[in-house]
Amino acid sequence: MGAILFLVLAVLTIAAALGVILHPNPVKSALFLIVTLFLLAVVFVLLEAHMIAALQIIVYAGAIMVLFVFVIMLLNLGIDDPDRGRRQVVLRGLAWLGGIVLAVELALLVRGGPAGNTAAAPAGYGGALAVAQSLYTDFLLPFELTSILLLVAVVGAVVLAQKQRRPTIS
Amino acid sequence: MIVPTEWVLMLSAVLFAIGVVGVLVRRNIIVIFMAIELMLNAVNLTFVALARSRGAVDGQVVVFFVMTVAAAEAAVGLAIIIASFRNRTTVNADELALLRG
Amino acid sequence: MGLIEVGIAGVKAFAVLMMVLNLSAILLWVERKGSALIQDRIGANRANIFGIMPFNLGFINTLIADPLKLLTKEDVVPKGADKFLHFLAPFLAVFPVLVTFAAVPFGDQLVIGDTVINLQVADLDIGILYVLAMSSLAVYGVVLGGWASNSRWALLGGIRGSAQMISYEIAMGLALIGVIMTFGTLDLQAIARAQGHHFFDVIPAWGIIYQPLGFLIFLIAGIAESKRVPFDLPEGESELISGYFTEYSGMKQAAFMLSDFAESVVVAGLATTLFFGAWQVPFLFRDGFHFPGGAIVALPHLVVVVMQILSFTIKVFVLCIFQILVRWTLPRYRYDQVMDLGWKYLLPLALANMLVTGVAIVLLG
Repeated sequence: MGAILFLVLAVLTIAAALGVILHPNPVKSALFLIVTLFLLAVVFVLLEAHMIAALQIIVYAGAIMVLFVFVIMLLNLGIDDPDRGRRQVVLRGLAWLGGIVLAVELALLVRGGPAGNTAAAPAGYGGALAVAQSLYTDFLLPFELTSILLLVAVVGAVVLAQKQRRPTIS
Repeated sequence: MIVPTEWVLMLSAVLFAIGVVGVLVRRNIIVIFMAIELMLNAVNLTFVALARSRGAVDGQVVVFFVMTVAAAEAAVGLAIIIASFRNRTTVNADELALLRG
Repeated sequence: MGLIEVGIAGVKAFAVLMMVLNLSAILLWVERKGSALIQDRIGANRANIFGIMPFNLGFINTLIADPLKLLTKEDVVPKGADKFLHFLAPFLAVFPVLVTFAAVPFGDQLVIGDTVINLQVADLDIGILYVLAMSSLAVYGVVLGGWASNSRWALLGGIRGSAQMISYEIAMGLALIGVIMTFGTLDLQAIARAQGHHFFDVIPAWGIIYQPLGFLIFLIAGIAESKRVPFDLPEGESELISGYFTEYSGMKQAAFMLSDFAESVVVAGLATTLFFGAWQVPFLFRDGFHFPGGAIVALPHLVVVVMQILSFTIKVFVLCIFQILVRWTLPRYRYDQVMDLGWKYLLPLALANMLVTGVAIVLLG
């Protein structure tokens, strides 16, 4: 039952991901990415990572993608027009070929990987308590460093996106 | 519900490859960014699947950090794009080539 | 996952959906008549069928006439608008708001024979996170609705609306952390049950006694999230016509208005669950009333359940009426005032609340 559900989700996720990179309109690409993130959150729930699934929607689909959609609308981008030159078409074809080869290679590598999750997960697995206990004890240093990283990112983004006040010295 | 870990890892591999193709094929910088986010999500999926197969939450904590760093990176990256758009009014990666020797 | 459980879940989901939709419709009428009362006028009383009794049913006619009018209006898509996004935005505005109610408990438990039915559509152990996730998805309806309309008013309204919503999401989340720390769980039904005991046997231990500042911040942030006055700059009716849903007509406009009222109901429902004891009636336990003097009034199980559901509905209704009162009393905030309030006042206050709550928990155990 879980396997069938996962298969359906996997097909939908791959279709949405292909929509991200294939659609010429950047706004629609962003919408496809939101759908992909949502479907991945459902897969996380299937894998019993409830807190991470909720965080995926809050952080990724609810904040980062809003940022993307804002920027696309702010810059008022039109529909992309890919180059039709001979060289560009050949290079694009090679990129697609490389991508397919990479996908097949990775898929072959993970076959016969770790045993499937046949054992039931421990109680409270994936809930906020379990993740928090691990986060604030084993991973305390990365946690503090990440908070500094976020502060730097906030300051950097605000400074970069400001309007120029003074004329640049030529 | 039981989900075979192999299948999840294969889905993650395919998503990662789709992200790579997106970065190589598209010329719009923002779409390239979105393909990078796709790759990061594929890695998140791998971590969650392997955490589940081991029964430990450490993998999920790493996903937590990946999400945070991705958020920071998206914010700063988009700020850079906006700043460069003010001068060059283009988001085509082929034309943003001022640093080329 | 037997068929019976799926059926029960379906019935609960349907009941909650009906409750939210009906409450929204009733609130629409209460808003019109209540605002008329406050503004010393009569309000909408012209709707009637054939002009004679027994069809002259007063407010019921208005309740039927409004949705009927919106349903049968022509659906206009402006020229140059992105058709797909124009079609999608109302769905994205309504869907997260209605889905949030799946995690809110509307009663304790219903025991029929052997089966114990938990009166909550989805018993999630990350209930509060789920609610926050769904409210962060509500931004898309505003952004896409504003942008897809290819119109100045709509774009301005959409940008202001989304900036306001994402700013107050943060304050809302931080205000809830105080509640989570107090009750030690993210599960909404567990929080509701934990508010059942009484201080000194007299005062019910509702969340607002533990977290008064948290309630205030949550309410303000919630009113800002649902873009109601005094935060209704996104649909500033005197400036932007209808803001981000200017170019919508007919059923799509109905969807946006529904999302407005439904979000108000959601904020009221959450505030009730976390701060006002959800379905708890003071002194009512599962087998009847236990008064402080020692008197016990035993009640049959069904009466207890009905009283609890009624108590929840009444509390939600009172909070909604409070929001309507606020709407027709306060003037509108300016955009910079809105941003100032969200970032410079509510955010530090919520953090301070978190700090004080943490210290109090460590000291008092």
